[in-house]
Amino acid sequence: MIPAAFDYAAPTTVDEALALLAEHGEDAKLIAGGQSLLPVLRLRLNAPEFVIDLGRIDALRGVRDDGGALVVGAMTTHATVATDPLIAQHAALVSKAVRTVADAQVRNRGTFGGALAHADPAGDVGAPALALGAQFVIAEQGGGRRTVDAGDFFVDLFETAIGEDELLTEIRIPKHTGWGAHYEKFVRIAQQWSIVAVAATVRAEGGTIAEARVALTNMGATPLRATAVEELLRGRPATEDAIRDAVSSVADGTSPPADLNGDADYRRHLARVLTRRAVLTAATG
Amino acid sequence: MTVTADRPAAEIGRDRRRKEDRRLITGSSRYTDNIVLPGMLHLAMVRSPFAHARVTSIDAAEAKAAANVVAVYTAADLDESAGVLINAWPITPDQVTPVHPVLAADRVTFAGEIVAVVVARSAAAARDAAELVDVDYDELPAALDLKEAVQDTVLAHPDLGTNKSALWVFDSAAAGTGGNVEDAITAARADGVVIEREYRQNRLIPAFMEPRSVVVDPTGEQLTMWSATQVPHIVRFALAATTGVPENKIRVIAPDVGGGFGGKLQVTPEEWLAWWIARQVHKPVKYTETRSESMIAAHHGRDQWQKLTLAATKDGRVTGLKVELTADLGSYVAIVGGGVPVLGAFMFNAIYKIPAYHFACQTVLTNKTWTDAYRGAGRPEATFAIERLMSDLADELGMDPLELREKNWITHEEFPFTTVAGLEYDSGNYEAATASAKKFFGYDELRAEQARRRAAGDPVQLGIGISTFTEMCGLAPSRVLGSLDYGAGGWEHASVRMLATGKVEVATGTSAHGQGHETAFSQIVADRLGVPFEDVEILHGDTQVSVKGLDTYGSRSLVVGGEALVKAADKVVEKAKPVAAHLLEAAVDDIEFQGGRFGVKGTDAGVTIQEVAGAVFTAHNLPDGMEPSIDAEATYDPINFNYPHGTHLCAVEVDTETGQVRLRKYTCVDDVGTIVNPLIVEGQVHGGLAQGIAQALYEDAVFDDAGTLVSGSFVDYLVPSAADLISFDAHHASTPATTNTLGTKGVGEAGTIASTPAVVNAVLDAVRQFGVEDIVMPCSPARVYAAIAAARAGDTGTTTEGAGA
Ligand SMILES: Cc1cc2nc3c(=O)[nH]c(=O)nc-3n(C[C@H](O)[C@H](O)[C@H](O)COP(=O)(O)OP(=O)(O)OC[C@H]3O[C@@H](n4cnc5c(N)ncnc54)[C@H](O)[C@@H]3O)c2cc1C
Repeated sequence: MIPAAFDYAAPTTVDEALALLAEHGEDAKLIAGGQSLLPVLRLRLNAPEFVIDLGRIDALRGVRDDGGALVVGAMTTHATVATDPLIAQHAALVSKAVRTVADAQVRNRGTFGGALAHADPAGDVGAPALALGAQFVIAEQGGGRRTVDAGDFFVDLFETAIGEDELLTEIRIPKHTGWGAHYEKFVRIAQQWSIVAVAATVRAEGGTIAEARVALTNMGATPLRATAVEELLRGRPATEDAIRDAVSSVADGTSPPADLNGDADYRRHLARVLTRRAVLTAATG
Repeated sequence: MTVTADRPAAEIGRDRRRKEDRRLITGSSRYTDNIVLPGMLHLAMVRSPFAHARVTSIDAAEAKAAANVVAVYTAADLDESAGVLINAWPITPDQVTPVHPVLAADRVTFAGEIVAVVVARSAAAARDAAELVDVDYDELPAALDLKEAVQDTVLAHPDLGTNKSALWVFDSAAAGTGGNVEDAITAARADGVVIEREYRQNRLIPAFMEPRSVVVDPTGEQLTMWSATQVPHIVRFALAATTGVPENKIRVIAPDVGGGFGGKLQVTPEEWLAWWIARQVHKPVKYTETRSESMIAAHHGRDQWQKLTLAATKDGRVTGLKVELTADLGSYVAIVGGGVPVLGAFMFNAIYKIPAYHFACQTVLTNKTWTDAYRGAGRPEATFAIERLMSDLADELGMDPLELREKNWITHEEFPFTTVAGLEYDSGNYEAATASAKKFFGYDELRAEQARRRAAGDPVQLGIGISTFTEMCGLAPSRVLGSLDYGAGGWEHASVRMLATGKVEVATGTSAHGQGHETAFSQIVADRLGVPFEDVEILHGDTQVSVKGLDTYGSRSLVVGGEALVKAADKVVEKAKPVAAHLLEAAVDDIEFQGGRFGVKGTDAGVTIQEVAGAVFTAHNLPDGMEPSIDAEATYDPINFNYPHGTHLCAVEVDTETGQVRLRKYTCVDDVGTIVNPLIVEGQVHGGLAQGIAQALYEDAVFDDAGTLVSGSFVDYLVPSAADLISFDAHHASTPATTNTLGTKGVGEAGTIASTPAVVNAVLDAVRQFGVEDIVMPCSPARVYAAIAAARAGDTGTTTEGAGA
């Protein structure tokens, strides 16, 4: 299908992009990899008059080591994130989750920042970012930068802390070197969006869970961090029974969606099973 | 003709790579949307968002004034020459058939129906202007749920007074083909077993890869339509019959067509609109649908409720089968829409000797997308029902499901066998296919593993499902179609031309859209005429080239079209013989044909068929009075249907914690008679299995309470890919058909027909232990989990369609 007509610019710096956002206001839309935006335009669910392409801003691409954290440029593709050695070493949960995103074509075009900014509750990048306590760097009008914690970044369905005239520049991921990680994604066919998924990363000490981070995909309007379960897991033996017991409350109080793949109760049930599996695999490899 | 007896069949049986694939996979193909004509205009459709509504006004002024827009048409602009869309198979004389206009006038009857068309100089301009057409609707109550619709409380077409379109009945006692089923059921209730079930056939979307597209060129002496269709000849006939253009002024071309699966055997509003508009504007026009439009507007398949009663003796001999179907037509009766379940009527008894049979099908109009043939068309539904019933009966009796089947099936000594539905099965060997499938599958080992997992209470349980299917294909003997009130015959046509250079040009009336006819048919002709495979060119899909034909569907191309080809090729040889005799100065009786050469018995003298063709071309030295041509054509009307069969065994792993079903092993042994090209047959089986498995586990066209198709994109309509399937273990048995020269049987639909019940039987086999009796298709994880949970909680163990969804 053919999108409605729009004007287009491809700035080469963040400042130019911000200026274009200011100029065109709510008629403007940023495009990163286009893997979520283009389907929306082609189905004519949205018809921005001006599209600002971030693809030529080199400064937004790449992964670097910044001491205690890794810094991922918003325009870094899923394919790069999935295979980047620094991410594999210090934030294995992110590599594993991103590898489950869509298919090779989509991963080659789609970006880490675009997916986070899009904030689809069934998307696979939010939960690992949340579990690892990522921070989001947002460029504001006037040249300022603001850093938002993961807990504050995801606001609602398709809604983040990024303002209309702002853009996401980078994501800082605290290093979790040596932590086991697993992303347990439940789908009916390959290349499907998550029905439910669980991101878990665990620091194990000789068969015991020293620390755990757990977050859920598609169990509500935003990714959800399971802090209560993380507490219950601390100090438990990394056995199936011990973990089962600790995670049994993981879905309490959640309001997951209902659709052709299952109702809310079924998703809550899945969250319990998948959390057990994710944590066990993260803890024991 | 003694070619096959006297020398090894060089081509038939060879796994030739497909001739057409170089073109198709390197992008040098020509699909309808690739066709660009000078001055061509583009169409965009304005479609109803409502399932049922009165159209109170249409304001197209803004659209008409938009840049590059040539015209906007609504129903008010149409005249008689726009025609109507026909139903070619009224299944009963009193069938209620709503008029199907090419544009909705004052009322829309499903979400997706076209209310206006924009004609513009580019596809983008047409699309932009379509957004500007302002249509006012007054919503009407919609008949959506099939079971409610049959009650006639809400009418899909209020003017018709009923949603019930036709009730089609077959009764073996009345037909004299068997006993009275009510007697059988009464007897079984007294001393035997009666299994009563209600199964749901989920609605499916054919989901062909190439969306539908049509180009019409009104310039020139004949009007030309290119269409992504399976049925160019039928489209031509229907255009002539409904739009007033004489048939001999119409040329319809199906160029490369990217899949159909029955979904493109329709005559469509989009084609009729393009045809009419091109004639209004006197310029070529093109319309190519979007995927979203394809999902809502191209016809859907299946969608039935099946109420079934099976009577048997206590030792497992089936004594009667009663079938009561309700079938959803959607809002119009499509070209063979009502007939699809009727095709199934002959297949519920399947491979079994069932003494008494009653079948009744009520077709029902609803405010949903129309339904028609989808790969298997009626036979998958029938096979599903009987194969599920046989497994349920085995479970009830505590018998092995294979043993129960064996007790009831027709043994190979009993062919030809006349069934309780009145068909004569010519050949088959169910014992051989089953024995071989069991061996390849490792049946006993998998049963042992199943027992171990059960005993250990493994969260992942193993299930084994069986489907010993047969089907009727090769549509169809014309007289049988006549007796069923079908609006056409079932013959097929072929012509073979020997060119001056010795090459062979063949035109077939079948119309391939991915099947590989160019390859398989070349193999047949190469063998028949003793010419190189490469020298044969197969032409199809153009009514000015393949001048006669009835197209491709119902696994008919090889068994009907291929037989026409054999007969035409044999005529060429017969016509060439006197020429050869003349050239060799021998008597015709002394000429024998072998390997492409006419020889004189007992001598070394001979001429090749190419030399004969050359001599006929120059016509310098032919027998006196002989017409200078050895070209020939043949029209073949099959004497019977064609009955492939097979044994399909499926093992699945069911994760009882999540309800997830994964295929573990899939073995099938199909008896498709003589195989012309094993590679193509394997491709047909694999693709067929994928689609049958998809019905069992993944695909579902779901409408919400407002009549909107919820699974209207591939995000929600789950078509599995290679990543979701396993490596199939596909084998063959071969009992040649006795009703055609080559002994071939159809294979286009076999995999789809057989696999759905094999998979569902496997899922149930894994979870029956908990008390689960039925799971509605598709067996999604949510449904499987809900069924297990309910059964464990002591419920009946059945799910409704809505459960868990
Ligand atoms: C077939 C298919 C399957 C998919 N399956 C999955 C899946 O299984 N799991 C999954 O997680 N995702 C999936 N996706 C989505 C994929 O991950 C997308 O790439 C991603 O959601 C969006 O990234 P993008 O770079 O393409 O962003 P775009 O589509 O270009 O943009 C998305 C939105 O984010 C905004 N945006 C982009 N960049 C910025 C920025 N720097 N600052 C502020 N706003 C910005 C845009 O304005 C737009 O609103 C799938 C996509 C497709 C097409």
